[in-house]
Amino acid sequence: MTQVDVQDLSVVYPAPGGAVEALSRVDFTMRKGELWVALGASGCGKSTLLGAIAGFLRPTGGRVLINGQEVVRPGPDRGVVFQKHALFPWLDVERNVEFGLRMRGVARAERRDLSRSMLQLVGLESFARHPVYQLSGGMQQRVGLARALASDPEVLLMDEPLGALDAFTREAMQELILDVWSRTGKTVFFITHSVEEAVFLGTHVLILSPQPGRIVHRAELPFGRRFLETRNARVVKSDPAFVQRREELLDAIRQTRS
Amino acid sequence: MPSARLEAEAPPLNPVGPVDPAPPRPTRGPSSPRSPEAYGRPTARAAPAISAGTVVVLLSLWWIASERGWVPPLFLPSPRAIWQTFLSLQAEDSTGGTLLQHAGASLARVFGAFLVAALFAIPVGLSMGTSRILRGILDPLVEFYRPLPPLAYLPMTIIWFGIGEKQKGVLLFLAMFAPLALSARAGVRSVAAEQVQAALSLGASRRQIFLHVVLRAALPEILTGMRIAIGFGWTTLVAAEMVAATRGLGQMVLNASGFLRTDIMVVGIVLIGLIACTFDLLMRQLERWLVPWKGRA
Repeated sequence: MTQVDVQDLSVVYPAPGGAVEALSRVDFTMRKGELWVALGASGCGKSTLLGAIAGFLRPTGGRVLINGQEVVRPGPDRGVVFQKHALFPWLDVERNVEFGLRMRGVARAERRDLSRSMLQLVGLESFARHPVYQLSGGMQQRVGLARALASDPEVLLMDEPLGALDAFTREAMQELILDVWSRTGKTVFFITHSVEEAVFLGTHVLILSPQPGRIVHRAELPFGRRFLETRNARVVKSDPAFVQRREELLDAIRQTRS
Repeated sequence: MPSARLEAEAPPLNPVGPVDPAPPRPTRGPSSPRSPEAYGRPTARAAPAISAGTVVVLLSLWWIASERGWVPPLFLPSPRAIWQTFLSLQAEDSTGGTLLQHAGASLARVFGAFLVAALFAIPVGLSMGTSRILRGILDPLVEFYRPLPPLAYLPMTIIWFGIGEKQKGVLLFLAMFAPLALSARAGVRSVAAEQVQAALSLGASRRQIFLHVVLRAALPEILTGMRIAIGFGWTTLVAAEMVAATRGLGQMVLNASGFLRTDIMVVGIVLIGLIACTFDLLMRQLERWLVPWKGRA
């Protein structure tokens, strides 16, 4: 079932030296339960693409449909996880997770149940009453993930959620994201500039070229599901097939830059 | 060439004679722990012991200088005389009220004007932060009058509002309005775009975003603005009480100067300083309590 339908999407920003074409005729469809990774160097329009799906910006051409409905503004059917600075430091972990539910008038007891189960999902149930500013970067991102999931969105949009984490935390978080994805069955759109992360997580990968941002390569990938079966990330990542796909994608990116 | 020089400066690799293990470098004992961050940014830690030392040294110097008669009492009364004056001021006398009444009058003026100013300035600042049009309208006004010293427009307030409490209130109000409004405006800017976008994606309405995100994110700046405003109001107080006030610490000091009562003047000055310091400490405590995340998120 088609869930996210990006149709011929173009975004042009006005700029002093003439307009900047951030996205040019981007076209793809995500089906329910797929995990799409957008990969590319900085400035290739990845975040613009996510912003257009989220409804943070209006495209200059084309449109985005979620379950057949055109996106015109942000809404709780599309949960967003940001790279950083998006939690509310004046609220504790639990209240951050409950924020969306509270804004939409969900009763206190129900929200507390939901936030508890979301925190359990990301392994933070014992940190419910902690201030978020005291948590490590990885834990903060888990709060962000729980907060986005608490609204039970149709689609989860993740804008370089692991970009600011150290390498070890990052690997652990990749596994957590795959776990959460398989347990919730959410459709996920994920942005990264790490090729390995893209190959490991995605069921599908899109490579975007910079200026104008357009899709230059797409591929289907099996490795995330393989990890969920084997539970061994090192084995999956050192598999010759994995290495080969990684190098192929790296090559494709290199070509966009020359 | 550079490598040759480096080699020349380096110690010989094979020293003549038996090779002894290097003697252990002297380490500092646990009695003198030192921060290993010798070359980081300048430390922001308070040094209460050193500060207490400054106070003690200054007070002792004052005491010695006045007891030994190095300075005539007219210029600098002794600490003992100041204390006696402080005690005698508890009762009503030539100053036209008890010390408590003077302090009360000043506090009421500053905090009364502060409350009114906060009530107007913070919403104005918040709306300047959120609305481009209001910002456009109010920017030149606030930016022009903000750096004006209150003494410059003091005469205008007298012509407009007379010499009663209203004039004093207006002067203090004007002195405190700008820092309050500008801090609220800056506070609005301190909200991250990601926080607003996250709230929108979680289904919050514009109004909810203002109440639950923008206002909360602005709170640290608003509290800082309050602290600055009270400080500014307190410095304007003496000017406000220069004109036809019957009570108030500023008035007491000015009045005492007419009779060369330096002892009363010093009591008034010290008291003004102590009240300002106390308030500043209270505000800092309030910040720690209300916005513990400040600077950490």
